[in-house]
Amino acid sequence: MLRLATASFIVLLVTGTPARLTAQAGPVSGSVNVFAAASLTDAFEAIGVEFEAAHPDVNVVFNFAASSELVAAIVDDGAPADVFASADQNNMHKLVDAGRNDGDPATFATNSLQIIVEPGNPLDIATLDDLADPDLIFVTCDPAVPIGAYTQQVLDAAGVDVTPASLEENVRGIVTKVTAGEADAGIVYATDVLAAGDDAEGVPIPDDLNVVAEYPIANVTEAGNPDGAAAFTEFVLSDEGQEILAEFAFGPADAAASATVVTTYPATTDG
Amino acid sequence: MSNGAPTRRHRAASAERLPLPVLALAVAAVIFFALPFIGLLWRAPWSSMWAILTDRAVLTALRLSLVTTLWATALSVVFGVPLAWLLARVDFPGRGLVRALCTLSMVLPPVVGGVALFFAVGRRGLFGQYLDRWFGLRLPFTTAGVVVAQTFVAMPFLVLTVEGALRQLDRRYDDAARTLGSSTWYRFRRVTLPAIRPALIAGAVLAWARALGEFGATITFAGNFPGTTQTMPLAIYIARESDQSKAIVLSLVLVGVSFAVLAGLRERWLRA
Repeated sequence: MLRLATASFIVLLVTGTPARLTAQAGPVSGSVNVFAAASLTDAFEAIGVEFEAAHPDVNVVFNFAASSELVAAIVDDGAPADVFASADQNNMHKLVDAGRNDGDPATFATNSLQIIVEPGNPLDIATLDDLADPDLIFVTCDPAVPIGAYTQQVLDAAGVDVTPASLEENVRGIVTKVTAGEADAGIVYATDVLAAGDDAEGVPIPDDLNVVAEYPIANVTEAGNPDGAAAFTEFVLSDEGQEILAEFAFGPADAAASATVVTTYPATTDG
Repeated sequence: MSNGAPTRRHRAASAERLPLPVLALAVAAVIFFALPFIGLLWRAPWSSMWAILTDRAVLTALRLSLVTTLWATALSVVFGVPLAWLLARVDFPGRGLVRALCTLSMVLPPVVGGVALFFAVGRRGLFGQYLDRWFGLRLPFTTAGVVVAQTFVAMPFLVLTVEGALRQLDRRYDDAARTLGSSTWYRFRRVTLPAIRPALIAGAVLAWARALGEFGATITFAGNFPGTTQTMPLAIYIARESDQSKAIVLSLVLVGVSFAVLAGLRERWLRA
């Protein structure tokens, strides 16, 4: 065991790209800090249980929040993240632009949007146009947050002008405001409507107006546990991880081809 | 000997000599409080400062903060002074419990206060549903909701300060006024209020400062939207994710305003 660790360390020294190589080198241990988009809460918690079962010495610690908040915490504040899973490519770009990704980010899931309303849909909201009603309380997020940007895209595509009552911290904040009855409607991920169970109802958004939300995952440099990070990311991309994500209604990374799509990240972006 | 003593006494009064370890710890405490603000100044984007300060969004948040905190302070005074009087002067069973209840929001995490307000006076809350049904009054997502959240967390600061002053007040003035035949209301206005004025102002300023910094209860209960509910602390929080330098400038404004008020308060009212 000790010798194996030493061997891994030598490999690390020689190659300089530790994560992927050492991940297969042996059992991992310690804590893995996973910073993940709020919409991944339920699916990743389930993945965490299975991952810990497969790696008994590992303790996964999740930090679920808006992807924009998480990447700011990692890049600006040096928060100790081992893995970052974003609900959009834009916030993953911020990690890449800061040079804090260890290896290329891989897209591991997709999602679509729905209008979330109270159970029974008391206001009979059927289309995006219905959201323009000035008496309707609509909540969303800041455009820096993935769901805020996606919502704007969808409303723009439909040509609907909506004034939100509030910009919530993350997508789960929108869900909470609607399930608590404070807000009448919001646009959230289809997976969130499912996770809300009987407390909310979803109104579908037509495919031609909907977006495909891509979820990329990457290991973070300067991580406390690079081996654990690599193992967790691999688990998410594995068949087992993908099955769990599918159970929570996430779409495959690429429905047409393999489950693992490596997005090409330009060295610089003008964002 | 006889002309040496006054000098020494004078020196002792102006600068008391602390034992060295005590002094060292005290200085460490001062550094502990100063460091974060030095850090903020160090990262401040001085060149773009003015452009950010005069940004419409920043002015909107600042104005909303000033308006809501003045309302919250006014409400705290109107309800808090009578409450302090009740707690200080009237001996009733369960007074300790009432005091604990009325100052609970001071020690609770504000987000807990926000959630509690939500269930009480939110649109579907225990009482909020009737506010909505009978009066069409809704607090979440409104500026009024911000004021309610701020008052909820800020008023205890005024109540405790004023109650303390009322307890220390020499009641003989009040007794003398009563023997001269003045009414309770007259005595409250002309005898008690002037006597507790420093404490009242100190309490009001503390309550105002607490309201100005209010974040958790506001974002949980009132929401976050520019112009209606996005106060300075919320604007700082949102800016942190997209524009760090804007967040720093906004923070400096809050620090500057709060520091000026607290320093001024100390000079003017608490030096006794």
